[in-house]
This record gives sequence, C-alpha cells and structure tokens, in this order.
Amino acid sequence: MVSGGIRELAWLIPVLPISAFFIIVFIGKKLPGKGAEIGITFTGAAWVLGLLCFQDAIARHGIVERSLTWIRFGGFSLQLGIRVDGLASMMFVVVGLVSVLMQIYSLGYMKGDVRYTWYYAAVNLFTGSMLVLVIANNILQMLVGWELVGVCSYLLIGHWYEEKENSNAAIKAFITTRFGDLGFEIGVILLFVAARTFNIGQIQTLVAHHAISTTLVTIGALLLFCGAIGKSAQFPLHVWLPDAMAGPTPVSALIHAATMVTAGVYMVARIYGLFSASHIALTVIGIIASITMLLAAVLACVQRDIKRVLAYSTVSQLGYMMAAMSVGAATAGVFHLWTHAFFKALLFLGSGSVIHAVHTNDMFEMGGLRKYMPITYVTFLIGSLALAGVPPFAGFWSKDEIVGAAWSSGNHLVFVAGIITAFLTAFYMGRCLTLTFAGRYRRMPVAGGAEADEHEDGDHHLPHESPPSMTWPLIILAALSVVGGLVGTPIHNIFKDWIVIPGAEHGVVVAVMVASIIIAIGGLLIGYAMYVRAPYGFGVIDPLSKLGPFYRAAVNKFYIDDFYLKVIVRPVQYGLSKFVYNVLDQEVIDGAVNLVAAGTVQLGKAVRETDERGVDGVVNGFAWITDKTSYLLRKLQSGNVQGYAAGLFVGVVILAAVLFLRGGI
Amino acid sequence: MPVVAPLLLSALMFSCGVYGVLARRHGVMLLIAVELMITAANLNLIVFSQLLHNAIGNIVALFIIAVTAAEVGIGIAIVMLLYRQRGTVAVDEMRLMKW
Repeated sequence: MVSGGIRELAWLIPVLPISAFFIIVFIGKKLPGKGAEIGITFTGAAWVLGLLCFQDAIARHGIVERSLTWIRFGGFSLQLGIRVDGLASMMFVVVGLVSVLMQIYSLGYMKGDVRYTWYYAAVNLFTGSMLVLVIANNILQMLVGWELVGVCSYLLIGHWYEEKENSNAAIKAFITTRFGDLGFEIGVILLFVAARTFNIGQIQTLVAHHAISTTLVTIGALLLFCGAIGKSAQFPLHVWLPDAMAGPTPVSALIHAATMVTAGVYMVARIYGLFSASHIALTVIGIIASITMLLAAVLACVQRDIKRVLAYSTVSQLGYMMAAMSVGAATAGVFHLWTHAFFKALLFLGSGSVIHAVHTNDMFEMGGLRKYMPITYVTFLIGSLALAGVPPFAGFWSKDEIVGAAWSSGNHLVFVAGIITAFLTAFYMGRCLTLTFAGRYRRMPVAGGAEADEHEDGDHHLPHESPPSMTWPLIILAALSVVGGLVGTPIHNIFKDWIVIPGAEHGVVVAVMVASIIIAIGGLLIGYAMYVRAPYGFGVIDPLSKLGPFYRAAVNKFYIDDFYLKVIVRPVQYGLSKFVYNVLDQEVIDGAVNLVAAGTVQLGKAVRETDERGVDGVVNGFAWITDKTSYLLRKLQSGNVQGYAAGLFVGVVILAAVLFLRGGI
Repeated sequence: MPVVAPLLLSALMFSCGVYGVLARRHGVMLLIAVELMITAANLNLIVFSQLLHNAIGNIVALFIIAVTAAEVGIGIAIVMLLYRQRGTVAVDEMRLMKW
C-alpha cells in the first residue's frame, strides 16, 4: 500500500463517462454536436486521468486501495472501493483510448444515424461500466460493472433494432453471457461464504495462507471462470460474439478490444491468486482455452463476412489470453490483452472503413481496395501483421510470450493448440487481406471509368477513402500496433514490471520464437497464394470448399449454434414458453384474474340489490308515509274560523278537565 | 252575599258567548258573543276582587273594558269592510285561507 498521489482521483475515471451518459441522455439533443462532444470530452478526460494513474503506478508501484461503506447490515458492511495498481491502470488506458478513438471514428461512421445521440450515451455508459468493473476492489462491485457491461452490449448490438436479425443478435449476446454470469454470481456468493469478504486483496491473501479449503477454492475459481467463459466468449459460450457483429462496426471495435470480452480475461488476472492456487481450475481453463482458440481459428478461415473473420479471430485470441492464464503466465495474457486491444480495434475500425466504402461485408465482393483506400489499406495491413504475429509488430511479442510460456510450463495441449492457432491466424489474415485489398475490384461498375464515381447510387460507384475523422483513429491505432509490443520484448521486458500479478511466471524460448516467426510468415503467404487468384464475379466459391464435409461443417459453425437452437432455444421457445403461456398464463394467472373479476361482479350486483331495495326502499317509504299522512292532515286547515275556534275550546276544556282530575286547581 | 250566585251567572254568560261564537254565522253577532265572554270574565274578576278585598281585580277589569271598546271598534270596521267587498258578513263564507 502506497500513498495515493494522482491515483487518489482514480474514482473519477468511471464516474466521468457515466456522468457523460446522463448529460447526453438529458440534454444531448440540444447540443450543437448532438452529445458526441460531451462523450469524447468526458471519455478523453477519463483516459488522460488513466494515463496519469498508469504513469504513477509504473513510477511508484504498489496498490492504492480506498473504499467507503456502501451498505451496512448487521455486523457486516459492504464496501464501494477502488483498487488501483498497474493492471487496473493499464486497463484504464486501453479502455479509455479505444473508447475515445472509436467515438471520434463514429463522428464519421454514424453520421446521420437515427439514434445518434442515444448511441453516444450508450457508448459512454458502456465505457463507464467497464471502468467500474476494472476499478473495483471487491468482487461484488465487479459484478455490478460486469452486468452493466452486459446490458450495454445488448443496447449497442441491437442499436439498429428495426431489423429482427439485429435484435435477435442482441438477445443472443445477452442471454448467452447470462448463462456464464449465473456461474459468476454463485461463485461470488460462494467466495463470500468461504472468505467472509468480497475484497479482492483479502480473498487472495486468505487463499495464499490456505485459510480457505482447496475444494472451495477450486469450485469458486471454476464458477468465476464460468462468468469469464460467457463474457470472454470461450467455448462453449462463444456463439454470441460473431453474431454481435450486428451492431455498428465501431461498437464491435469497442466490444472486441476494450469493454466487453476483455472483462473475463481481466477478471481472471485480477483474482489470479485464487486461480493459481487451484491446479484443477488452471487445467480446466487450459483445456477450454485450447478448444476455443483452435475452434475459432478454424471457423475464421471459412468466413466470407470480413467482420466475422475478425470476430472469430477475437474469440481465438481470447483463447490465447486464457491459455496464458492456465500456464501461469498471467502477465503474458494481460500483455496480449494490451496489444490485442490496439490491433483488433484497428482491424475493426479498418473493416468498418471498408464496409463504409463498398456497402457489403462479403470479402469475395471486394478486392483491389488498396488502390482506392490507401490509408485504410496500410493501417489494416499493419493490424493484420500484428495479429498474425510478424515481428516487430505488437502481436508477435505477446503471442510468442504465451506460446513460450506454454512450452516451458510443459503444458503440451496449450502449446500445440497455440502453434496450430498461430498458423491458422496467419492464414486467415492472409486470406482476408488478399481478398479485400489485393487484385482488382470485383464489383467494377458496368459502365466503368472514373465518371461512374460521381454517382452515389449504391453499388455503381467506386469505393473511396473515408473521411479524416475515420482515418485518424486508424493511423493512431496503427502506430500503437507497431510500437505497443516493444514494451514487452524478451530483450527488455518492462511490461512485466508495470503489471505485477502474484503467481505469474515467465519463460522465453528462442527456438519457439523462431518457429512462430516462420509459421506466421508461412501462413500469410499460403493465404495469399490461395486467394490471390480468387475468381471475379458473383457467387464465388471459396477454394477451401475442396475440403468437402469438413468445410461444410466449418461453414455451419460445427453445428454448435444449431445444437443450441434445437436443444435449448426451441424447447424453451416452443415447449417451456408455450407451457408457460398456455397453462400458467392463460389458465392459472388469467383464471385467477377472471375469478376475482367475476366475484367482484357478483358482489357488485348484491350491493346494487341492497341499495335499490333496502336503502332506496327506506327512503321511498318515508316519503310515501309523509305523503299519505299529509293528505289526511291538511283537511284540518279548512279555513273555517269557527272550526278553529271549536278546536280551541275543546282543547281548553280538555286541559281544564285534566287539571281538575289531577286535583291541581 | 253568597259568592256562588255571581259566579254561576258568569259561567252562564260565558257559555252563551261560546255558543254564539261557534254557532252564529253573522259577523256582528260573533262580535257580540265575544263581548259576552269578555264581560263574563270581567264579572269574575270583580267578584274575586270583592271577596279577597283586593283592588287589583277591579283595576284590571276597568282596563279590559277600555281595551274591549277599542277592539270592538276595529272589529266592526272589519265587518263593514267585508260587507262592502263581498256583499255578505257570513263568516263561513270567508274561507280563503285553507289548503
């Protein structure tokens, strides 16, 4: 624990984007920039603050932890706190940077969108939620941020919800991650029961001192990992991420690079003391991560949609990060998160720029774009090389560190999976680059020539470079993709000193490094060679289809989505939902409602009878009696004075008689 | 002097008055009957004044005689007006004030 410095102010980092959300929601539409300027300013401020924190964390190390009591019940009080160390500060920088750049990029990309202001509001809430998760010093607060991130992803993936497909994707993302979140929630409760605290530091200290039984640690770690499987799109809950492409492309960049899928990896790194204490948990993570990276890399090879290639690539790279966790190289995993954030955000924004220009996602309809979009091409090329693992770009250093760590830890499964995935990654990026940018444009206007460029009628114009608000973020990210990895080279690894994760170890193997360079370049070249001669025209067949049944299985995502659809979604949809609708809703709930209604009607009728017969009867009865009596009594007033006088005298006589008889006189 | 004789006379006169008020239709006769009843009451007052050696009874009787004179004056005037208006003074025909 060190004195605060600038890190005392770290609580502002999540607060800024969240307040931007409220400002944009309430007054965004009245502002000249429709709320975008608020989002960019506030997130930018959060990023600058994050940078200062990171600098402070690098310079002085240690953990700054502050908390205040949130809720107190019984002898226990719930804390709301911050825990700012190198790891968290690094995440501030990554999240803030990607968010700011994608918001600037969105100025061009989302121009004229129907819900432009709301888009900025949601993006800021998304960023703020992720920062709440990152800064949390206890797992309950982490859970709050975790779930907020899920909600925001739902909002943004379904941003264009007018199309059923998009809202379906949003629902799929939300519900699929919820499956994992369930495990996470149970894990949080279990750990609290075992450790009597939510605090991340205290839990890890207790685990380190063997104050919690190994069984509980294993179960707790595995349950928390369930959450990471959902959020970080690991097998078997990876299915939501490719569909999440339905959202606007900048949102994909944000989800993939900074705010959503990294949450799971970050969580595992954050509570690494817990995971590293359980051998079983690490083994399970290793198996899941290996399956994930291989499966996703294979699937990425057969996609026609450029964004889907990148989506599966993300799944695969997240597998790498998790694999790093499983072989004890947590710092390497976080390092990969760091480099991946730059080049994956770059690739997504680049693909957005491409899609913006050609109005299609199908790579087989593109081609030759390097001529029309030079900036996009160069930046995309840098991102691809970084992803494929070609030195000296960022991805090489982090990926190689993971593979090297797998080798030296003796975990053969992870090592083999990592090597094969590295090859596949290089291959599909070579394929993607070749199809998109090499050769010539496959949708050449029929009329041809430059004058066709003038017409803005859909397909029949040549693609052109995107506006500066879109290209500048690409350039910045490309620069970071080049230099971002240099902080973690084996020659001088300063990243390891920045991010101190207890229990993490490292090893560098030169042979592995050389092998992975050969694999990366080989993969890229094979990808280029196979697709550079891809035919022109519509309905192009992928050369990989020669693989036959395996290709068809891969195109169909190995039937995993169909399996979920048939085994989980449909039974719920047609079975459970129908049952709930027909029996519970229609019969039980509606029955109860109707019963109450019928009872009320009967009661009303009875009350009406009582009112009409009883109460009204009494009232009318009195009126009737008064009426009849008055008919009799009015005869007395005859107008005959002598009659009155007679009455007078009779009265006097009676009075006199009474007095006389009583003896009063 | 025995006190019974004048009291009996008084009662007789009062009864005649009552009969007159109830039975006669002529307005003037009605007034006369009322006078008869008042005179009977006056007689009673004087008798008891004498009997009790108290002058108050006599004084009250004198007041009543004066008031009665005024009352009869008004009564006769009313009857005269009725006669001019309606051409009759029969009280049983004056029954406008009824239901």
